[in-house]
Amino acid sequence: MTQVHRRRFLRRARDIAGAVVSAVLAPRAAAAIETTKYQGAPTREYGSRSRFETLKRWVMPTRYPSSSASWTPLGDLDGIITPSALHYERHHAGVPDLDPATHQLTIHGLVDRPLEFSMKDLRRFPAVHRICFLECSGNGSQEYRGPTSENVQQTHGLTSCADWGGVALKTVLNEAGIRSDASWVVAEGADGAAMTRSIPLAKCMDDVILAYAQNGEALRPEQGYPVRLLVPGFEGSISVKWLRRLKLTASAYYTREETSKYTDLMADGRARGFTFVMEAKSVITSPSAGQELSGPGYYEIRGLAWSGRGKISRVDVSVDGGESWRQATIHGPVLPICHTRFSLDWQWDGSTSTLLSRCVDDTGYTQPSRRQLVQQRGENSFYHYNAIQAWRVDSAGVVHNA
Amino acid sequence: MRDPAESLVGLISSVRRSANHFLRSGALLILLSIAQSSTADENARPRYAIGHLASPDRVAKLDIAIGPQGDELPIGRGTVPQGRELYREHCAICHGEDGTQGPDPKLVGGHGSLATAKPIQTIGSYWPYATTLYDYINRAMPFYTPGSLLPDEVYALCAYLLNANGIIADDTVIDRTSLVAIRMPNRDGFIPDPRPEQPHE
Repeated sequence: MTQVHRRRFLRRARDIAGAVVSAVLAPRAAAAIETTKYQGAPTREYGSRSRFETLKRWVMPTRYPSSSASWTPLGDLDGIITPSALHYERHHAGVPDLDPATHQLTIHGLVDRPLEFSMKDLRRFPAVHRICFLECSGNGSQEYRGPTSENVQQTHGLTSCADWGGVALKTVLNEAGIRSDASWVVAEGADGAAMTRSIPLAKCMDDVILAYAQNGEALRPEQGYPVRLLVPGFEGSISVKWLRRLKLTASAYYTREETSKYTDLMADGRARGFTFVMEAKSVITSPSAGQELSGPGYYEIRGLAWSGRGKISRVDVSVDGGESWRQATIHGPVLPICHTRFSLDWQWDGSTSTLLSRCVDDTGYTQPSRRQLVQQRGENSFYHYNAIQAWRVDSAGVVHNA
Repeated sequence: MRDPAESLVGLISSVRRSANHFLRSGALLILLSIAQSSTADENARPRYAIGHLASPDRVAKLDIAIGPQGDELPIGRGTVPQGRELYREHCAICHGEDGTQGPDPKLVGGHGSLATAKPIQTIGSYWPYATTLYDYINRAMPFYTPGSLLPDEVYALCAYLLNANGIIADDTVIDRTSLVAIRMPNRDGFIPDPRPEQPHE
C-alpha cells in the first residue's frame, strides 16, 4: 500500500466510523441516507426487532408481580397474528422454568391405562395446528360500570391471536382409553398455583389441542412452555399452561378457579358457573382512545372482531354514536374462533364524532350494547364483558373512551 | 390386581422392544389387531403405542385435586385453635387479621351481601363446596411457599376458616369425612350458563 493509498484508506475508515456514529446519533432521515455508505449489521442466529420499535405489553402494577397480567397493544398491531412477545399474559403464580427434557404429562383417572408422556412422545403424535384467539374472561371487566380505561390496550388487550401447533387432545386421550363413566377432564398446571380447571370431556374430544408451538416455534415460557392446553373459544384461564396432568372424572371438581373466581355474579345474588364461551366482540383499534387525529380528512377506521362460537360474518361501524351504521369491509382470512380484521373509509369533518363497531357471528349472535349487558347481568358481573365499545373523537382530534 | 389393559400394553411394548424384525415383517401389526379385536370399546385401542404406563406411585403422588366427593383427601385432622395459630403465621399478612380486612381476597363474612350493590364474595358467602378450601390451600397457599403445608395443617386452616364464617362449631374437628359432609351456605347459589341471552332494550 502506497503512502497516498494508506492515507486514503485511513480517511475512508475514519469517514465510515463517522457515518456509523452519525447513524446512531443523527435524526432518522439523515441516517437513512448514510446507511448506503457502510456495511450493515451482520446476520444473526436469532432475530429481534428494530431498535426504533418500542411497542410493549402493558403490565398492571400489582402487589404481587407474579400474580398479574399484561395487555397486548392492539392499537398498534397489524394483521391478525399477535407476535409471541406481545401476546397477553395472565399468571396466578408467575412463570415456572420447566425443562422439556424432564417435563411429563400424566393422564389418569377414568381411563383404561394411566399414561405418561414426555415432550418427545407428544411430538411423535400426528400434528395439528390452527390460528385461534385466546381471550381472558376478565378482558374489559372494568368497563361494566362505565368507560374506565385510557386506551384500547387496556380496554381490550387481554385478547391475542396466534398460530398454535400441537396434538389433538382426543388423539392422546384415546391412547389412554376413555371409560364410559368419564365426563370431565381436570387439567392441572406445573406453576406455583398448580392452576386447575375442569373441562367437559365432550369439548376435549372436539377441538382441544395440547399445544407445544406458537407462531411456528416452541411456546414462550409465559404461554405455557413446554406444553399447554388450547381450548378454542373458551375463556383463557381454562387453556391451562405448563400442563402436567389430566385426570378424567365423572363430575366437575369445583376448583377455586371455577367457583370463587371465573363465575358470574348476577344482580339477584345467584351466580352463573362454568360460563366457558367467549362471545362475539369487536373493537375499533384505530382511531382509538389515546390516539390523536392530525386534522380533518381521510382516515381508515380499522378494527378487530372475534367470536368464541365461530366465524365473524358481519361488522357494522357507526361514526355518529349509533344514529346510523355502515357495513365494514371484512378482510380475510375469516377463520372460526379467530381475530378478524375489518375496515371502513372515513372522512373526518373535524366535528365531535363517536365511533362504534358491532359484530355478528355465524350463529347470528349480535354483539350487545353495554346497556343490554347490564340489563341482563347487573353491574356486579365482572367476567365476559363483550359490549360495543365507543370512542369519542373531540374537535381537536383527541380520541377518548366514551 | 393388575389391570388387564396394562398387561396388554406391557405385552405390546415388550414385543416391540425385543422383536424389531416383527415390525418389518408386519407380524406385529397382525398381533396388534388380534389384541385389539378382543376389546369391545373403540377407545380401548392404543393406536400409536406412544408414552408409557404411569406407575400407581407416580399417580398417587400427583393426584392432589380434590373434588366434592373428597376421594383424594389424605388422612389427617385439624382443629379450629390449631388453624387460628397457622392463619396468624401464614395468612394474616395478606388476608387480614381475621380474614375480613384484606388487602387480598376477603375470606370471611359477606353473608347476605351477594344481591347488594357491594357484594363480598368470601368462602362463607360464596363458595359452594368446602372441599375447594382444602384443594386450594394445599396447592397454592401460602403465596410464597405454595404446597408447603402438611395435611394436618391444611385441615386445621379449613377448620379455622369455616368456623370464622360461622359454618362449623368451635370444637368441630375437620378431617376427610367431616370436610366432605359440610354443606356450604351458598351451595345452591350457582346456575348453569344461560347464554346466549336474547337481547332486549
